[in-house]
Amino acid sequence: MVLSKPLVFAACLAPFAWLVFRAFTGRLTANPIEDITLTTGLWALRFLVITLAITPLRRITGWNRLIQYRRMVGLFAFFYASLHLAIYVTDVMAVEGTFTFAPVAADVVKRPFITAGMVAFVAMLPLAVTSTRGWIRRLGRRWQRLHRLVYLSAAAAALHYLWKVKVMIGSPVYYAAIVVALLALRAVWALRSRRLRLP
Amino acid sequence: MLIKLNQDVPASEVTDERVYLERRRFMQLLGGTAVALGASPWLQACTADSEAVDVRADGGPAVMPAQTPLPNVKPKVVTVDEKLNSFEEITSYNNFYEFGTGKNDPQRYAGRLTTSPWKVKIDGHCSKPADYHLEDLIRPHQLEERIYRFRCVEAWSMVIPWVGIPLAEIIKRADPTSKATFVAFTTLHRPSEMFGQNDPVLEWPYVEGLRMDEAMHPLTLLSVGLYGKTLMNQNGAPVRLVVPWKYGFKSIKSIVRIQFVDRTPPTSWSRSNPREYGFYSNVNPEVDHPRWTQATERRIGEFFRRKTLMFNGYGDEVASMYAGMDLRKWY
Repeated sequence: MVLSKPLVFAACLAPFAWLVFRAFTGRLTANPIEDITLTTGLWALRFLVITLAITPLRRITGWNRLIQYRRMVGLFAFFYASLHLAIYVTDVMAVEGTFTFAPVAADVVKRPFITAGMVAFVAMLPLAVTSTRGWIRRLGRRWQRLHRLVYLSAAAAALHYLWKVKVMIGSPVYYAAIVVALLALRAVWALRSRRLRLP
Repeated sequence: MLIKLNQDVPASEVTDERVYLERRRFMQLLGGTAVALGASPWLQACTADSEAVDVRADGGPAVMPAQTPLPNVKPKVVTVDEKLNSFEEITSYNNFYEFGTGKNDPQRYAGRLTTSPWKVKIDGHCSKPADYHLEDLIRPHQLEERIYRFRCVEAWSMVIPWVGIPLAEIIKRADPTSKATFVAFTTLHRPSEMFGQNDPVLEWPYVEGLRMDEAMHPLTLLSVGLYGKTLMNQNGAPVRLVVPWKYGFKSIKSIVRIQFVDRTPPTSWSRSNPREYGFYSNVNPEVDHPRWTQATERRIGEFFRRKTLMFNGYGDEVASMYAGMDLRKWY
């Protein structure tokens, strides 16, 4: 089975297309800014989870071709996270007819759930920048080490979602569980390969 | 949303069967003969030809449970000089976890709740405890339109034209004893029609409470309608509390019990998370929610945030009740 890249690209863009469609046809909630913030945030987390799931899936199923979609999916996580952040910042800054930055700074410092979200985003930045072929070549081995930042990003994103809700049940708990499982799998594999290497 | 008003409907138009059945049930509930009913303003409510046909935004037309116009409403007893939120906004964006935690869930799922017959138990420390049919509870009182700001703890707000009666009038009728220092309220518990009650989001049924002076305050409203008609289920039909200077979750919906008690009654949100939600929960821009600011709010329909007003702008009327209290401690 061959998945063509344009097809995967279209699938990744579909949530955005649907959001734009809803926005232009009056299908958002009565609080559109909140609706867009929640939707883009959730898709950022979903794409992060998919990115993290590719390597384990490949190892378990032996379906090696999956790897060629990982960068694209990861960049889409960054795309949705950027939209999410941009909307949130606009939302918080727009007070009584003007834009002020103070509330954003206060939010990041004072609110652990915002701090976690910021960590998730900032950790993605160098990954997005160094996702090009040139950077992969230039960084060599260090590229892989750098890109382990995605673990931090996913963990922070899951925490951000968990801390955001009023009651910790349902979907945020499921996402946190999936992220923990995906990270735990890597920890187990890492420990095992280290033990094998011991004399 | 498309609201068909009665003047647009030709007299010959056949009433939707479901609306007709709703109305019949409503009439049966009143009991007695047609003559006896003639004296009741609620009869006019029943016979007025009106129906609200709701065409859902996602395309699926849905006939909402009929809303009946409320007669003899004294207009604008209290009002604010701000633009009203639309009926569509007020009925499509709700927190009513009994029907799911999404903002659109109540509009989508509250329709299955049967709101008639509806009984309200009034008991506890009072000399006249009773089980009332809702109609008997409301009928003796003058319905008033109260246009209030409504501020949710999640930092959004609306301006809503409620219809109701001052809660104080009901309290006076029950004649509470001197032991009654607080009033406790309970929402209906019916998981078969309120599917959210099958999830442990909160401990069900939802409960709320007020100090006696808060409950007796002239701004505290027992609401049965908005925009001149009976409440939609997603707004807490058939009867709910409205306490405009407190965060929205204090304004408990679909009330089945009002009890006079002698100590601070448990309230759902403070029971669920006492650090984030206190018993008082007065709107206060100076005391932030641990996870977000309460200094500003988004009025639904507006792009720029507004600065949140102390006691939601009702400070002149209510601040004296909290004189000397540390509102950081008693959040």
